Amino acid sequence: MYPSKFIYQAPSSMEEALSLLQQYGDEAKILAGGQSLVPMLKLRFATPGVLVDINRVPGLGYHRRESDGGMRVGALCRHRDLERSAVLAEHQPTMHAAAQVIADPIVRNRGTLVGSLCHADPQGDWAAIGVACGATIVATSSRGEREIPLNEFVVGPFENALELDEIATEARFPTARGTCGGYLKLERRIGDFATAGVALSMEASGGRVSRAGIALTGVGPRTIECVAAQDYLRNKALDDAVIEEAARLAADAAQPRSDHRGSADYKRHVVATFLTRLLGRELALAA
Amino acid sequence: MDVEDRRITVTVNGEAHTVEVEPRLLLAHLLRTGLTLTGTHVGCDTTNCGACTVLVDGVPVKSCTMLAVQADGTEVTTVEGLTGHSELHPVQEGFSVEHGLQCGFCTPGMMLTTVALLKENPRPTEDEIRWALSGNLCRCTGYQNIVKAVMWAAEKLDPAGVRA
Repeated sequence: MYPSKFIYQAPSSMEEALSLLQQYGDEAKILAGGQSLVPMLKLRFATPGVLVDINRVPGLGYHRRESDGGMRVGALCRHRDLERSAVLAEHQPTMHAAAQVIADPIVRNRGTLVGSLCHADPQGDWAAIGVACGATIVATSSRGEREIPLNEFVVGPFENALELDEIATEARFPTARGTCGGYLKLERRIGDFATAGVALSMEASGGRVSRAGIALTGVGPRTIECVAAQDYLRNKALDDAVIEEAARLAADAAQPRSDHRGSADYKRHVVATFLTRLLGRELALAA
Repeated sequence: MDVEDRRITVTVNGEAHTVEVEPRLLLAHLLRTGLTLTGTHVGCDTTNCGACTVLVDGVPVKSCTMLAVQADGTEVTTVEGLTGHSELHPVQEGFSVEHGLQCGFCTPGMMLTTVALLKENPRPTEDEIRWALSGNLCRCTGYQNIVKAVMWAAEKLDPAGVRA
């Protein structure tokens, strides 16, 4: 399978990349890890006139923890780096858990977190982690920078809120000290899309939940934020009954369809089970 | 649309090649058709199976999912690059001794992923091997012996695992 023809540009600086976007307008498409874009080019679901490959733009491969605890991930930070990151392992359990289960190990070597979020696949894992954590995207253009909440950044399946002259240069994950959580994903085989996935990012103080972010992968037309379950958990002390009710609310928020990966009821059951496990783990750790 | 070919230089198995490529040419096709290194197999062509895995600057990459122009300036290793002048690479030897292949189609990709694994983790556990190879599919389902082959190669390579 061959992609359709395109002009290939490989800018060596951000300024050059941004001016190429201005020059080519809606003909241009950014290439980062390419693990979703190249397959789409080959299937000709995407037929951009110009590919702007940012892999030679220096200084975008980082991920780091800020003094306020927040994580920042540059546009060329590969899943591979996050998978092996000691910083994430120590401070960001939700991202750490997700980084181990994105696609497969070889795809993780090339694919990027920011690129995944831009791709806005409703089945994508990182969006659920981002929504649960309250992540934002930094969009850079020659006009400056703006920060977009992930909920607003993803405007629909495979559609994001970037203007034609903007590049998503960074993702930010606010992470307070003591943040706990995780990501559980059921897949038929490694590399398949999630049958169902549940992301939890939670802060607790004085034995009570001060903030719970819960989001679902693969059980609806888009990433689902479980607002009712989040609100229910606020200021609650976790116990078995509270966990059961939160799991029920999360399962209610899911909008799964029956397909070859399982029935709608089964997927709802998986959502409830996963949230029960994630919250149960926090209850056990707190004890 | 008028699209110009790009001149790139890729070092494949230690030998520098300067070639003119169309931007849409995939790395797998440059290797197989352009450089006639047909040891790199194209299996699914949809980024699932890992048969086309090669090392780009030492890192396993699905060569059907990377443009040849992106490989400009890199060092690529294909299965042909594992063999010295006559001797098999320890990983190849392991696949031979432990019968780590049936039809053999997935084997080049399996072996290149293994080479990278053993460089990073010279003494992997069985679980770690299965995890590392989880992006490489064997439709003969011969995973048991593939894992044994990797174990064998890990033993054969020096304990520090720096050679490969």
